[in-house]
Amino acid sequence: MKIPLSYIFRNLWTRKLTTLLTAGGMGLVVFVFAAVLMLDAGLRRTLVSTGSPGNAILLRQSSQTEIQSAVYRDQASLLETLPEVARSPSGEPLASKETVVLISLAKRGTDKPSNIMVRGLPPSGLALRPQVRIVDGRMFRPGSSEIVVGSAIARDFDGVEIGERLRFAGREWTVVGTFDAGKSGFDSEVWGDVDQMMQAFRRTVYSSMIVRLRDPSDFDAFARRIATDQRLVLDVKREPQFYEEQSKSLSQFISILGVSLSIIFSIGAMIGAMITMYAAVSNRTAEIGTLRALGFRRASILVAFLAESVLLALVGGAAGLVLASFLQAFTITTMNFQSFSQLAFGFDLTARIVALTLLFSLAMGVVGGFLPSVRAARLEIVDALRAA
Amino acid sequence: MAERPIVSISHLSKSYRRGDQVVPVLRDITLDIARGEFIALMGPSGSGKSTLLNLIAGIDKPDAGTLLVDGEDITTLGEADLADWRASHVGFVFQFYNLMPVLDAFENVELPLLLTSLSRRERRERVETALGLVGLADRMEHYPNELSGGQQQRVAIARAIITDPAIIVADEPTGDLDRKSAEEILGLLRRLNAEMAKTVIMVTHDWHAVESARRVTHLEKGELVDEPAGARAERNKRL
Amino acid sequence: MYYLKLVFKNIFRHRLRSALTIAGLVVAILAFGLLQTVVHAWYAGADMASATRLITRNATSLVFPLPIYYRERIKAIGGVKAVAVSNWFGGIYKDQSYGNFFPQFAVDQDIWFDLYPEFRTRPDELLAWKKDRQGAMIGRQLADQHGFKVGDTIPLQGAIFPGTWEFHVSGIFEPRDDTTITRQMYFHWDYLNEEMKKKFPKRAEYAGLFVVQIDDGSRAAEVSQAIDREFRNSLAETLTETEKAFQLGFVAQTETIVMAVRVVSFVVILIIFAVVANTMAMTARERLAEYATLKALGFGPGFVGALILGESVMITAIGGAIGILATFPVAAVFKSLLGAMFPVFRVAPDTIALQCLAALAVGLAAGIVPSVRAARVRIVEGLRYIG
Repeated sequence: MKIPLSYIFRNLWTRKLTTLLTAGGMGLVVFVFAAVLMLDAGLRRTLVSTGSPGNAILLRQSSQTEIQSAVYRDQASLLETLPEVARSPSGEPLASKETVVLISLAKRGTDKPSNIMVRGLPPSGLALRPQVRIVDGRMFRPGSSEIVVGSAIARDFDGVEIGERLRFAGREWTVVGTFDAGKSGFDSEVWGDVDQMMQAFRRTVYSSMIVRLRDPSDFDAFARRIATDQRLVLDVKREPQFYEEQSKSLSQFISILGVSLSIIFSIGAMIGAMITMYAAVSNRTAEIGTLRALGFRRASILVAFLAESVLLALVGGAAGLVLASFLQAFTITTMNFQSFSQLAFGFDLTARIVALTLLFSLAMGVVGGFLPSVRAARLEIVDALRAA
Repeated sequence: MAERPIVSISHLSKSYRRGDQVVPVLRDITLDIARGEFIALMGPSGSGKSTLLNLIAGIDKPDAGTLLVDGEDITTLGEADLADWRASHVGFVFQFYNLMPVLDAFENVELPLLLTSLSRRERRERVETALGLVGLADRMEHYPNELSGGQQQRVAIARAIITDPAIIVADEPTGDLDRKSAEEILGLLRRLNAEMAKTVIMVTHDWHAVESARRVTHLEKGELVDEPAGARAERNKRL
Repeated sequence: MYYLKLVFKNIFRHRLRSALTIAGLVVAILAFGLLQTVVHAWYAGADMASATRLITRNATSLVFPLPIYYRERIKAIGGVKAVAVSNWFGGIYKDQSYGNFFPQFAVDQDIWFDLYPEFRTRPDELLAWKKDRQGAMIGRQLADQHGFKVGDTIPLQGAIFPGTWEFHVSGIFEPRDDTTITRQMYFHWDYLNEEMKKKFPKRAEYAGLFVVQIDDGSRAAEVSQAIDREFRNSLAETLTETEKAFQLGFVAQTETIVMAVRVVSFVVILIIFAVVANTMAMTARERLAEYATLKALGFGPGFVGALILGESVMITAIGGAIGILATFPVAAVFKSLLGAMFPVFRVAPDTIALQCLAALAVGLAAGIVPSVRAARVRIVEGLRYIG
C-alpha cells in the first residue's frame, strides 16, 4: 500500500473525540474478553498447579470428586505395598490416606455460610505436597485437634485466626497456623489430622489416597495393575489430570459465558467503528477523489481505510488489555461446581491471551471497517471530486 | 513538418445517465492541442468543459471517440493502467486546491512520488526543488490550514509538476482566490508553460485567466464553437 | 409537535448512520436484558420456595447425612404438619456432559407431592408411581429435554451411590406457573435404602435432608429453632431454615459469579454510550452551520440544544424499544438451549424497567455535551464552519 502511514495515523489524531469514543468502546469489549480468558486461565492454573505429576490419586470408581469417594482400609493397605509406589529412605511407602469433608464457614463481611473443604491427612500427606509451607504459626500436631488453614481461607473467611476455634463434628478444633500452597487449590482448604477427623466424623473408610510414584512413567503400569486386581475397584488418575477434571465444569461455564458475551458486545463496538469509518469516508470524499486522480489505486484506498479502522481497534485493544492486566492483583472466591466447595483463584495473563486479545481487536477492526472501506474504494473519481 | 500534437481528440462523445434519461454532455468533439500550448477552455455552466478536461486527464472515460495523449490512446487503457498513466503523465490543479489536510506542504507535494520507485533521498530532493520553484521553500512543514489560499494553490502546483508530467490540467485554478493571489498563480502557470515547456490545459470562468492563455477554445452545449457572441462582446469591452 | 417532527426527520437525514446506531442500541439493550435475566434465573430456586416449608440438614455441612429416625422426632415437634426425606442421588445419565445432567432425588413417595402442590400430577400416574418401587416421577421440562415418556426406562450410573440403577418413568409432573422448576426426577427413598442395605449396609438408614411442612408460615423461625434444639449435642446436629434461605445459601456460594455478570451487564451500557455519544458528537459537529443559521433566524439556544438532545433520546428510545421487544423471543431461544442450567428463564418486569432506564440514560448522557455545544455556538463562528 502506497498511501503513507502518517496519513492514516494523523487522521485518527485529528478527530480526537471520535477516536477516543470509538477506540474506547472497543477497548471495553477487549477488557471483558481478556478478563474472561484470564479468569479461566487463573482457574486452570490454580487447579492444575495443585497436582504433582509424580503423584497419583485413587478414588472410588465413578466418583467425580473426593467428597463422593471412598477407599477402604484394606484397599489402602494393599495399595501401599505395590511396587510402583515410591518409598522414603527409611523404607516407608510415600502414600497418604486422606479423608475429605465439607464444613460451612462465613465469608468475611457476610453472614452467609459457604462450603469449605476440610482435609484430614497423615504426616506422609504433607511430604507429598512439597509446595506447601507454613507462613504463620505452625503445622498441626498429629493426633491432636489442631488444624491449619490455607492462605485464601485465612484471607477471605471469618473465625480462622490463629488461636480461634472452629466447631464441627461435635468437637472444637484450634487453628494453629496458616499455610501457603503456591496459589493452588490447597490454599482454599483446611487441614487436620486424618485419624482425628475420621473419629470425629465416625468414618471407617478414607475418601481418597494419594501416592508418590517411583517414577512418573510408572503410572501406566500402576494403573494396569489396579485395573486387573479384583480387590481394587478404584479409579486412578495422575494428580494433575484429576485436578484438571475438577476445573472443567466451572472452566467451561466461564469460557462459554464470557466468550459469548464478548462476541455480542463486539457487535456493538464494531457498529461503532462502522459509524466512525463511514463518517470518515464521507468527510474525506474529496481527498479520496484526489488520491485516485493522482494515480493511487482503488485497492490502496481500501487498504488505507481498513488500516485506519484496524489501528483504531488495536489502540482500543491495547488499552483494554492494559486495563485487564491490573486485574491480576485480584482474587475471586466462588464455588467450584465439581467439588461443591469454595475455591479461590485469580486472573492469569499469559502470552497466549495477549495474542488472542490482539487478534480479536484486529478482527473487530477489519469487520467494522470493511464495508466503509469498500465504499471508499468504489467511489468514482469524478463523483468524489465533485464533493469538494 | 508540424510536431505531433500532445493531445489529439477525435470525435469524442460523453453522456450521463439520469434515471431513464440520457443526457449528452459532449457531442463529437475533435480538437488538437500542441506541445507547449497554454489553452483555456471556456463556456457557460453545463457546457461540458469540465467533462472534457476530466476526459483528457484520464479520470473519466468517453462513450465514443479516441483520445491520444503523447501518442497513446488512453481510451483503450484499463482502470489500473489508467491510474499508472495519470501518475506519470498528468498534473492536477483544482479550484479548491485538494490538499490532504493532515499532511504538511512537503508531504503533500511528495504524494505522487510515492507511486514511483524513487528512494527517500531522491524524493526529498525533488520536493525541495519543486517547492523552491513555487516560492514556498520556507513553508515546507506548514499544514494547509496554516497557509493562505494562494499559498495552498502553489503547493498544489508544486505537486502537479513533481513527476514532470506531459500535461497540466487546471480546473478553475483561480476560482477561490482574491485578485492578487490569482495573479500570482497565473504568473506561475505562465512561467511553467514558457520556461519549462509544460502544456497547460485550463478550464476557467475568469477573464483575467484567459488573458494568460495563448489560445482560447469555447464550448457550448457540448460542442466546440469558434467564438460565442457574448465572448466577443466581452473582449471588445476590454480593448 | 413541530419540534418532535423536526427531531424525527433529522434522524432520517442520515439514514445509514441512524440505522447503525439504532442497531447497536438493539444489540446492547438486548444483551443487557439477557444478562439481567440470567441474574434473575440464578435465584430461580429461591423464587419457587414456599413460606411454609423448612429444610433441615446436617449442621456441619450438606455432605453429611442425618439418621432417618430423625423424621419421627421432627414430626413430633409443635407446628410441624409433615416431614419428608430427600436424598440427592447425583447419578450420571449417559455421560458427565452438561447436556445430560439433571437432578435426581430419593424421596418419601407417599407424601412428597402433597408437600409440593406446585407440581401438578395426574392421579393415575401418581398412584402407579407409589406402587412401583423403581418408579420415577419426572418433570415436564426434563421429559421434553430428553424425550422421556411414561413407560421409558432411565438407566443411571451412581456416583455417590455406586452401581447401575434403573428407573421406570411412572409419570410426568407439570409446573403450576413459570416459577416452578420441572427439570428434576423423584424416586422412592425406600428403593435407595434397600439397595444400600444390601451393598453398603453402613450407609443405609440415612437421609440427605428433611423437608418440613409447617402449619403457619409466620412461625417458621420458632419451629426451626425448636427442631435444632431437639438435636443439639447429638450425633448429628441439625440446621433448619426456610426453604428460601436454603436456596439462597446456594446462590450465595456462587455470589461472585452473579456479581460479575451484573457488572458486565453494565459494561455493555457503557459501550453503547460510547457509540451513541460518538454519533451525536459527529452529527452535531456537521450541523454547526445549521444551528448557527437557526440562531441567526431568531431561534433561542434552548431550542437548538433541544434539537440535538431530542434526537439523541429519540434514537435511544427507538433502539431501546426494539431491543426490549427482541428480548422475549431471544430469551425463549436461550431457555431452550440452556434449559439444563437455567430451568427457569423468564424476563421480569424489573428487567424491562431497567432496560428502559438504561436507554433513557444513554440518550441523555450521549446528547448532553453536543447539545450544550450546539446551544452555545456563536452565530458568526458557526456560519463559517465548514466541518
